[in-house]
Amino acid sequence: MFDTDNAKNTMTQTDIKFSAKNVQVFYGENHAIKDVNVELEDKTVTAFIGPSGCGKSTFLRCLNRMNDTIDICKVKGDILLDGEDIYDKRVDPVQLRAKVGMVFQKPNPFPKSIYDNVAYGPRIHGLARSKAELDEIVEKSLRGAAIWNEVKDRLDAPGTGLSGGQQQRLCIARAIATKPEVLLMDEPCSALDPIATAQVEELIDDLRKDFSVVIVTHSMQQAARVSQKTAFFHLGNLVEFGETPQIFTNPEDERTESYITGRIG
Amino acid sequence: MTDMATNNDIVPPAKSSLLALDARTQRRNREESTFKALGLGAVGIGMLFLLILLTTIVSNGVGAFTQTFINVPVYLDPAKLDKKGERNLDDIKKVSTFGYSPLVLNGLLELVQENGIDTPFEKSKQMKSLVSASAAAKVRDYVIANPDQIGETVTFNLLAASRVDGYLKDRVKREDVARDKNISAEHLDLVDELVKAGIVKKGFNWSFITGADASESRAEQAGIGVAMMGSFFMMLVVLLLSLPIGVAASIYLEEFAPQNKFTDLIEVNISNLAAVPSIVFGILGLAVFIQFMHLPQSAPLVGGLVLTLMTLPTIIISTRAALKAVPSSIRQAALGVGASKMQSVFHHVLPLAMPGILTGTIIGLAQALGETAPLLLIGMVGYIASNPPDGIVSGFMDPNSAMPAQIYEWAKRADPAYYERAWGGIIILLLFLLTMNVIAVILRRRFERRW
Amino acid sequence: MNTEAHIASAFDRDLEGIQAKIMKMGGLVENSILNAVESLEKRDEEQAEQVRKSDRVIDALEEEINNDAAQVIALRAPTAVDLRVVLSVMKISANLERIGDYAKNMAKRTTVLSQMPPVNGSAASLRRMAKEVDRMLRSALDAYIQRDVDLAYEVIHRDEDVDQMYNTLFREFLTFMMEDPRNITACMHLHFIAKNTERMGDHVTAIAEQVIYLVTGETPDEKRPKGDETSVNPDVAPQYEE
Repeated sequence: MFDTDNAKNTMTQTDIKFSAKNVQVFYGENHAIKDVNVELEDKTVTAFIGPSGCGKSTFLRCLNRMNDTIDICKVKGDILLDGEDIYDKRVDPVQLRAKVGMVFQKPNPFPKSIYDNVAYGPRIHGLARSKAELDEIVEKSLRGAAIWNEVKDRLDAPGTGLSGGQQQRLCIARAIATKPEVLLMDEPCSALDPIATAQVEELIDDLRKDFSVVIVTHSMQQAARVSQKTAFFHLGNLVEFGETPQIFTNPEDERTESYITGRIG
Repeated sequence: MTDMATNNDIVPPAKSSLLALDARTQRRNREESTFKALGLGAVGIGMLFLLILLTTIVSNGVGAFTQTFINVPVYLDPAKLDKKGERNLDDIKKVSTFGYSPLVLNGLLELVQENGIDTPFEKSKQMKSLVSASAAAKVRDYVIANPDQIGETVTFNLLAASRVDGYLKDRVKREDVARDKNISAEHLDLVDELVKAGIVKKGFNWSFITGADASESRAEQAGIGVAMMGSFFMMLVVLLLSLPIGVAASIYLEEFAPQNKFTDLIEVNISNLAAVPSIVFGILGLAVFIQFMHLPQSAPLVGGLVLTLMTLPTIIISTRAALKAVPSSIRQAALGVGASKMQSVFHHVLPLAMPGILTGTIIGLAQALGETAPLLLIGMVGYIASNPPDGIVSGFMDPNSAMPAQIYEWAKRADPAYYERAWGGIIILLLFLLTMNVIAVILRRRFERRW
Repeated sequence: MNTEAHIASAFDRDLEGIQAKIMKMGGLVENSILNAVESLEKRDEEQAEQVRKSDRVIDALEEEINNDAAQVIALRAPTAVDLRVVLSVMKISANLERIGDYAKNMAKRTTVLSQMPPVNGSAASLRRMAKEVDRMLRSALDAYIQRDVDLAYEVIHRDEDVDQMYNTLFREFLTFMMEDPRNITACMHLHFIAKNTERMGDHVTAIAEQVIYLVTGETPDEKRPKGDETSVNPDVAPQYEE
């Protein structure tokens, strides 16, 4: 009945998607991530929790090289996606990001129509050969993001005119339209009201069937609700990584316990 | 323990009623209302100055848009205009305006006599000070265009002399006439009579808007149209050069350039360039474009180049501000779905920044349109007295003038009739600037999107 | 009662799963009661042994339910009716576990009693009492499933009957013991069984109270009817004649 059971099942069936070895991240002088080793499973929701500035977002952004856009950011160590080093010189980050999609903290639809928002990724990656194919991708993605029924009659309406929760689900649709293998979510619900949050969380639980999802969240409750695995970051260290129910009922590390019980921030 | 000690020092506030204002609140309220009154006063003073400015401009300049005309039937005497009687255009053209002038004056004198107006003038030459010197030219142009009309009597609506025009507009007073060689009190009496007879009339002066400049003695003929063409050509050059260069430079600096000392230096210099006096750009243009590159003087191309230099910093600064205003979440969203840097800029950032860029560009153009000083240095004050499309104003390389330079020229001239025209020119210039600003506002409203 | 689904469907699955476990536990406990009393009547030691075995399953289930409830609280932060579901599930499982323990205790005594001569008619009376407790438990669990407050109140009132039965048995056993001191050992065991059954009834009542709490959010303030007077009224017991 519990998600843990599923997680256990998937563990036996599937393998490791992302594997990080001795990852260090520097922002100029600031040592933001210290020697993180972690293996993220496929078809699993992994949550990164931790106090502000603990490095969880930074680490997430290493996974699709979003940090490349910041000049002073340096990444050391290996991050393997399906066994390939994503920081290899031959890897083009643009290609990587098509494989590892990202959803951001604030819903950020392009100020274009709902259709164009979703169709943008497939268009620039040449995923559709005809208008009909593109239509199909758009519909599939919107259905996948559980927003199709709400927008199917107004695909030409601007994406910015939707409510916050709808916008975020539109962004998720946009992210899955490029058929990524991994979906990174950086605090996807922090700008949403509780109902919209619940809808997005339910969607995340659904997405687990097709993608591996990595979610950074400030809300421990959210991590508890949506994830099967939880990683707790503190001061740039990965303190504890394990089954979510385990972390939230009986964590091994004292710092994890202090954090989830609200004793350190 | 220390806490307790300090706690003991604090006097508990006396119980007070909310209905009574304490001294502190009263003082604060007083300060607030004083500040509001000061602010309102400042706005009022600003509005007052604006009002004074506008009324001055309009009251001084509106006269330039009306002009006094005289309706004269002119007998196109074949004996004078086409002595051979062959209606050969080359022969007709040999007759200069000096040959036409007596015909016009005769026509006017006959008109005066026919209407039974009592006047001391008996010779047609004495009528000369009533009619503009341009009248003969106008009749000649007509004849050359219609040689078959020779021998007929044609009624022309001719410009009155600027003194007559000034008299009807109250610019020329009777008491001043005694010292005026150009006109006498008797002439003014005659003008009064002619007005009564409906021969001399004021009408809307299209040629002020479309016409060319005129000589010092023919103020009534001068128009701003040619200068307008010159300004138009210059603006075209400025737009075509500064928009692509400015936008490209801004995009590179804002989106692609690495953050280092060199880009910082460029940034500081661009900001400084925006503050450089325009006359410096003028002398730069003179040295580089004319003396070094040997481009023609007084050409709209050179003017446009100089104004482009002047406008570029404005456009770059406003474009960069517009690009900065596009939230980084849009860029990240594009990168997040696997767009390249350039795709994210051209597909998403630039369209969003477009209203800001256009607004900045139009304001930069408006600034350039009103600029005078650099034009004086590169000689964009050509005296162009022939109307378009007769040659001179046809291109970028031909000498021309520009609206503000033309206004400056007119304001310099001695004849008070030109003073009125300078104000009129300012009205037209202001109308242009206003239109451009309105377009900028509309563009901003139209394309402004929330995100 | 709010019966709409949660937006987070996993939450619904968790709550349903935990309640399914309660129902499973309830079924096992019912069986234990009936088996225990039947083994007593039939003097079937094997059946008694089965009751003891099934208690281990019941205990394991209780622990499982406790863990699940803790996880739901930790992971889903239930509120309002969801919180009451989790809290009542924990209490109900504790009560069921106690009932299971009593059944096990009955089965233990069955092994001892089967070595002794039977006491007249006592087994049948005990069976009637146990059957009544079993029916109450069934009703209480039905009330839980259907969120039926009226049925829960009825269960609470039926506990009076069980108490009355216990009173009767108490007197009966006293009489037997006074008649023939050789009966004392057997009667003491039988009395403990009766007392255990009576305690089972009290735990069923507690379950019914949890149903009321779950639905209304309030514990019933009405004083629970007390039928067992043996501890307060000396007149209940027959007096020795000096």
